[in-house]
Amino acid sequence: MALPNKPLGELPAVVDPKIVEHDVDVLIIGGGMAACGAAFEIKKWAPADLKITLVDKASMERSGAVAQGLSAINTYIGDNKIENYVKMVRNDLMGVVREDLIYDLGRHVDESVKLFEEWGLPIWKKDADGETLDGAKPAPTLREGGTPVRTGKWQIMINGESYKCIVAEPAKAALGEENCLERIFIVKLLLDKNVANQIAGAVGFSTRENKVHVFRCKTALCACGGAVNIFRPRSTGEGKGRAWYPVWNAGSTYTMCAQVGATLTMMENRFTPARFKDGYGPVGAWFLLFKAKVQNGLGEFYANSDSVNEELSKFMPYGKSAVTPTCLRNHLMLNELKAGRGPIYMATDVALNAFLDDRRKSGMDEKSVMKYWKHLESEAWEDFLDMSVGQAGLWAGMNIEPEKIGSEIMPTEPYMLGSHSGCCGIWTSGPAEDWVPTVDGPRSHQYKWGYNRMTTVDGLFTAGDGVGASGHKFSSGSHAEGRIVAKQMVKYCRDHANFKPELAQTAKELADEIYAPVRLYHEHVGATTAADVNPNYCKPAGIMMRLMKATDEYGGGVATYYMTSGKLLNICLDLLRMLREDAAKMAAGDLHELMRAWENYHRIWCVETHIRHIEFRKESRYPGFYYRSDFPTVDDQNWKAFVNSTFDPKTQEWKCEKVPCINIVETDPWI
Amino acid sequence: MPSYVDPSKCDGCKGGDKTACMYICPNDLMVLNAEEMKAYNQEPDACWECYSCVKICPQGAIFVRGYNDFVPMGGQVHPMRSSDSIMWTVKFRNGNMKRFKFPIRTTAEGAANAYPNGKGENLDDERLLLEATLAQPTMLA
Repeated sequence: MALPNKPLGELPAVVDPKIVEHDVDVLIIGGGMAACGAAFEIKKWAPADLKITLVDKASMERSGAVAQGLSAINTYIGDNKIENYVKMVRNDLMGVVREDLIYDLGRHVDESVKLFEEWGLPIWKKDADGETLDGAKPAPTLREGGTPVRTGKWQIMINGESYKCIVAEPAKAALGEENCLERIFIVKLLLDKNVANQIAGAVGFSTRENKVHVFRCKTALCACGGAVNIFRPRSTGEGKGRAWYPVWNAGSTYTMCAQVGATLTMMENRFTPARFKDGYGPVGAWFLLFKAKVQNGLGEFYANSDSVNEELSKFMPYGKSAVTPTCLRNHLMLNELKAGRGPIYMATDVALNAFLDDRRKSGMDEKSVMKYWKHLESEAWEDFLDMSVGQAGLWAGMNIEPEKIGSEIMPTEPYMLGSHSGCCGIWTSGPAEDWVPTVDGPRSHQYKWGYNRMTTVDGLFTAGDGVGASGHKFSSGSHAEGRIVAKQMVKYCRDHANFKPELAQTAKELADEIYAPVRLYHEHVGATTAADVNPNYCKPAGIMMRLMKATDEYGGGVATYYMTSGKLLNICLDLLRMLREDAAKMAAGDLHELMRAWENYHRIWCVETHIRHIEFRKESRYPGFYYRSDFPTVDDQNWKAFVNSTFDPKTQEWKCEKVPCINIVETDPWI
Repeated sequence: MPSYVDPSKCDGCKGGDKTACMYICPNDLMVLNAEEMKAYNQEPDACWECYSCVKICPQGAIFVRGYNDFVPMGGQVHPMRSSDSIMWTVKFRNGNMKRFKFPIRTTAEGAANAYPNGKGENLDDERLLLEATLAQPTMLA
């Protein structure tokens, strides 16, 4: 029933929101792992009178990518050499990375993991016989020299259902609950009126009451995650929410930083993870802990075949490492699918039964084997229940028991992120160390300019998914990066003690801009008998579908097996330009819809940078993640370089440029 | 797999200033209808099925039903979360049941050390709290 026309939801938006102004020294935007790391660390360095405020779109206890929990911590250096961590990341991301940032992360990350354990995160351990103990069993801690359960070289297993709650608790306690403002969505960063290229504040709104919040600050951390629902997902009905990455990450980090002139890097990079089909359950534990292999539809374990090795040899030096880069693993899978040899299965049955057969062969009696099986089965299900419950629900609905039958895996729709096996993001300064290269030229070419992880905008920092060209941080590394930034922000405040931020726009002007979708709604809602269909405005839900259709069909989405071209990309850019214009006509009747309007605005901008970068880079750097039909190969000779882009807020113009990529860690041997 | 609310169990958190599911949902999906004093998921196709609302609901009133565009009906996954562990019940479409219990935390809630008196030493080097020395790279290019 369309009549009477009324706003969706329970919290109608009014045309004249209240305005609340805040003056702070340090503004932390975000509530995920990076922001929690910053909140914990910053009070250790800040003088007592420094005013620090954290603003989170959600509730810190369950916000960010770790909201649901995790079954592993994917970056723990332990006894490994940090240089080898750099080599692994460099190879997985096809050679174009900031080795200074990666090394720096590697030397801080373990301290975060040790703190997590101390705070109460259960971390699996090996006992003296090499058997696995869950994280609640008595065992020496990591700090005391306990042995974690490795799955692969860099990952350790945890009982991580409450990972985020545990990390948020000391973050909130350190900062003081009164300094953590939740359910406020920051949508724009603001430059200083007087000092060029200097951050001076941010503006956002409450999703609980009709209030616009204007912040003035000397320095800010923008850490709001990556971007999801930017390409048409494989499930377009209810299952649209079952995104692999958190569905609430709307590219806000990239868009907000870009709009104030922060240089972006490697925005052409994307991540299209191969995951269990539809439920998007994790595959890492299956590959690494349970040693499962993938099988094509003909039952062939194609991974080590001659033809596969020949294919990989086309992508030297990346293809020949012991661990094939993630994009190339996708590439091989896509070759199978395109040749009609699908679907691809994770042979969970083969893997689990191999464990049982091994025990039987070593003389274990059947009763003990069954007891061992219960333990193994529990580990297999926990992997999903800790971090991707929906996959467990799909197995339950499909009557799938992993020991009896394999499950299909499939490359997902593309995502943009900088902390997982992807590296798009913002160009930042590395640490002030002698081994970080000194480069002449503008900041967009330099590797260090005084404050570690500061963007090219003075006083503006980022971390986690925000920092580009430095992937494979995961949860622990994002937390560590937030801690790094915290100290730098205090240093920035000390060094700029006399800076008094001043905004160019009045609070009223800002509030009018933020609430424009609400005014538009109220102005025109009476023009039709159905609130969502109106010639005077568009609704956020429709704008999102329009965006995802354009990127899917022209930007190398699943519709074309990730294939695009210069021609298609330019069509995509044309569509995005009109979409951006029409986004100014988004209408919102309630506060939830206002949030969706601004999220979609962020999505459109962020995808535009992605498409621009792919268009600029005349090669296919990440086969398996995307392909350009007009430049179908990896071209190290011409393109082993960063693509950096900068939006000029004054002229509103984009500039893309090629920036040399400098190796810090030895390249021979490559791995 | 969107969450849904059983109206016979939901008491709207008695109209308190913090409706638990509304407080916790990372995607701002759970809302309270104040007239009915019942909560509901206002945007099921944006539900990540993170189970935050299911786990926090004091009345055990929130469940999850498989996404209707790919999950056959009849299965259900439901948790009971305590302060140190979580018990999952997995009910299959064919009626089979499995139960799993996992630890979630080794310290009491509220006991995580925020190091309130921790103070860093030198603001001008790269060391963070608790870090005595920092590695420097070798194996240089």
